Amino acid sequence: MIPPYLLQEMAQLTGEHLVLVLSSMTIAVGAGLPLGILLTRRASLRTPLLGFANVMQTIPSLALFGFLIPIPFIGGIGKRTAIVALVLYALLPILRNTLAGILGVDAAVRESAIAMGMTGRQLLWEVELPLAAPTIIAGVRIATVTTIGTATIAAAIGGGGLGVFIFRGIASVDTTQILAGAIPAALLALLSDGGFSWIERRFSVP
Amino acid sequence: MNSATLEFYQVSYSIGGNLILDDLNFRIQPGRTLVLLGRSGSGKTTALKMLNGLLFPTSGSVWVEHRSTTDWDLIELRRSIGYVIQDVGLFPHFTIGENIGLVPRLKGWTPQRITTRVAELLDQVGLEPAQFRDRYPRQLSGGQRQRVGVARALAAEPKLLLFDEPFGALDPVTRVELQDQFLELRDRVKKTSIFVTHDVREALRLGTEIAVLHRGRLEVLTTPAEFLNSTGPEARAFLATL
Repeated sequence: MIPPYLLQEMAQLTGEHLVLVLSSMTIAVGAGLPLGILLTRRASLRTPLLGFANVMQTIPSLALFGFLIPIPFIGGIGKRTAIVALVLYALLPILRNTLAGILGVDAAVRESAIAMGMTGRQLLWEVELPLAAPTIIAGVRIATVTTIGTATIAAAIGGGGLGVFIFRGIASVDTTQILAGAIPAALLALLSDGGFSWIERRFSVP
Repeated sequence: MNSATLEFYQVSYSIGGNLILDDLNFRIQPGRTLVLLGRSGSGKTTALKMLNGLLFPTSGSVWVEHRSTTDWDLIELRRSIGYVIQDVGLFPHFTIGENIGLVPRLKGWTPQRITTRVAELLDQVGLEPAQFRDRYPRQLSGGQRQRVGVARALAAEPKLLLFDEPFGALDPVTRVELQDQFLELRDRVKKTSIFVTHDVREALRLGTEIAVLHRGRLEVLTTPAEFLNSTGPEARAFLATL
């Protein structure tokens, strides 16, 4: 059982963890969705942008957090650097799924929309985004679940969150502490996965 | 004007060095139904897409209502043209009613007027409004979907109707039913229509004029009755399939 002295800290670190995840996901969706839409319109940008996001994913997460520390403005020790790293990680699934979702819209449907006199904006908002929504949401779901896990590494560069327990537990060979960090993180991941799959179904074509 | 005059003037179109349309010249009077008959790759769909500005001639010009398509506001032009394609292209996330009411909505009709119009159109294409209005496209059969496609094209009182092999994917019985309906509509609404097909029977049934396209060139443009006596090699080839 969890010793009572841990409970209060657990609540606090879970809160910190949520702040890390929510801020980085807000930024990642805010940047990834418009960029993904841009990629559907400018094929020439696809290789460089997806390439960049791909490379970011291949850097081991602990190393990425470390690399960012010496970089001015976005780097340093603390939450900000952690959020930058998490955003870089979350970008790829969002970009890729936005692109795939919109490009996956049936060509006949798109041609009909244009031939019926929809403007570019109407085509995007009334046809492409609604039809791509389940795919885009699936991308956000994958990104969120991985971010919840990766955010535990934020503690390594002073970003706080449930990783604090895990790193402390490892340093002091204290399984209770490790579990106090790992279990809430796993629960958060399961909850958000379930939540997003519910949203995904709501957006599917009846 | 509720029915348009169309004119192709020295229209050529090439893409990647391939000549798709080669010096097309013809004119369609208001209210007529021209069938473009040709094999796959003859350029008939390309010619059709010139009319609603999905494509533009490489040289020459296409005129709708005495105005070149390059001078039209494309959004306005397209909203005044009904377009039916083989794949139907209904919006899967819209109900049948929303699909049919789309162009009227884009044109800013009141919801009340749209509802009335949708019911009227569903009736016209032989679908019970109360039963079909709130269904989604995937809950319909191929023939029913294509009826909705026709209703959608007619919704906002277009002055021109374009049909790109609309009945090509249907079973023969349903195809004939829809052709009958097309004839009935043709005679009632009297809109200028262009109908693309590779089926000579369909061409003879539905057209007031038949044009044969072969490798991007217009071989003959004539009435169905005269078409039967046509001497052009491509026209003969099509007649031989009868």
